[in-house]
Amino acid sequence: MSTPTPPEAARRAAGGAAIAPDALPGAPSDGARSARTAPVSFVRHVGAVAWKDLRVELRSREIVYTMAFFAALLVVIFSFAFVKDQGVVAEATPGIVWTTIAFAGTVGLGRAFDREREGDTMRALLLTPASRLSVFLGKSVAITVLIAAVSLVVVPLVTLLFGAPLFAHPLPLLILLVLGALGFSLVGTAFAAMLLRVRSRDVLLPVVLYPILVPMFIAGTKGTAALVADVPDLAAAWYWVQFLGIFDAAFLVVSMWTFESLVIE
Amino acid sequence: MTSTPTSTAGTQRLGAGTIAFAIAAAIAAIGLPYTIWQVFYGTPLEEQLFFNQKIFYYHVPHAMLMFATVFVCGIASFGYLRNRKGTWDDVALAGGELSVLFGAIVLITGSVWGRAAWGVWWQWDMRLTTSLLLWLVMVGYVLVRRFGGPGSERLAAGLAVFGMVDVPLIYFSVKIWRTVHPKAEVVSTLDPAMKPTFWLSFLTIGAVLTVLLLLRVRTARAERELRELRERADDAGLLDG
Repeated sequence: MSTPTPPEAARRAAGGAAIAPDALPGAPSDGARSARTAPVSFVRHVGAVAWKDLRVELRSREIVYTMAFFAALLVVIFSFAFVKDQGVVAEATPGIVWTTIAFAGTVGLGRAFDREREGDTMRALLLTPASRLSVFLGKSVAITVLIAAVSLVVVPLVTLLFGAPLFAHPLPLLILLVLGALGFSLVGTAFAAMLLRVRSRDVLLPVVLYPILVPMFIAGTKGTAALVADVPDLAAAWYWVQFLGIFDAAFLVVSMWTFESLVIE
Repeated sequence: MTSTPTSTAGTQRLGAGTIAFAIAAAIAAIGLPYTIWQVFYGTPLEEQLFFNQKIFYYHVPHAMLMFATVFVCGIASFGYLRNRKGTWDDVALAGGELSVLFGAIVLITGSVWGRAAWGVWWQWDMRLTTSLLLWLVMVGYVLVRRFGGPGSERLAAGLAVFGMVDVPLIYFSVKIWRTVHPKAEVVSTLDPAMKPTFWLSFLTIGAVLTVLLLLRVRTARAERELRELRERADDAGLLDG
């Protein structure tokens, strides 16, 4: 199946201004400067990159279908693993939700960058007048949407199979999941892009990603646990929502800084 | 391309490094036997743990120095990403590997101590969990260095910077998590008679760490320079045939 990425990238490169010389690999970063001078085109570039990824996905539906099916399988396996006295362990549900999202997210993340590597389109993407920052943010947004889509499968399935009251407080849960997906994709996009040309990247991606994401998993599972407890603790849930916000903000800054200097093409 | 230092600068740095190495090696060589003697004969027995508490003089300095090595690795990685000088990368590699070694010592001795003090090998205590998670980040760093192949030093540097930013986040998440479900913790206030030996132990283990760090920086630099020489020879066609 042919991906529409190369013509996309080429069209934008040809249609836009001449390729800035400092956008070439090895040159000093141009992202911060262009982000300052042209915020509108920066946002447009982010949108273009994100929409490119999502459009590829909408046409093939490869990542969403495989991720969602993989996530469903994981939930089913977990339900076998946690069966106790004819029932299932209700306390395990927050962990199941977040572990499933993490595993499925890693599968999707690897695939999203394999696509760029197979078509050799990452270089084209970096050569466009769009700054590296907007490429990074665009890809992060696209992956956030994919993970959020998988959460839409996981949460109802866990509710169904485990009888957990996950929909008792939908708003805090939704915010937790969205912030979690955002944090996952920010750190994940940075690492997956860095690993693009590295040997044994499939093994190394989870190895480097999960330890960094541990605070996010703690916040996600504890926040969700506070919501599905017999006596829901909304204050604790909102505390973890704030924590996830800080986590996302911290890694947004670090990822933006490192992506500029680390993507090897 | 290759940033081989000029011969004079190289010799100067080697000189300062050698002096620091000699001082640290002397402190370690004299200090270690004396510290061990002090730990067993120069300090009082602890009231509750008796002899088991002796591991404290070994465990706690390693824990403090592990955090120091993580910061050495993080700051050196930051420096490497900023100015791409190979020397920074050598220091980062040495710091990263030593943090894994020290972290392993901390976790093993901590487990042994926990078994004696709490009756369990492992407890999801705040400090234990934080140390474990940080150690996992550093193991990831070393794995990337070892198996990442060409170009992995920049990725590893990025990982170290991420890890450094992660330290406060791990700390606070684990702290709040453990405060929500508090557990009895052994709070040991340090006997004044134990303090000198503790700091002596810290000093000598710090000297051992300095020796290891300087040695590893040197071997890392030698490895890098050899690699760069080989690349240059390859470019010049000297390695054909």
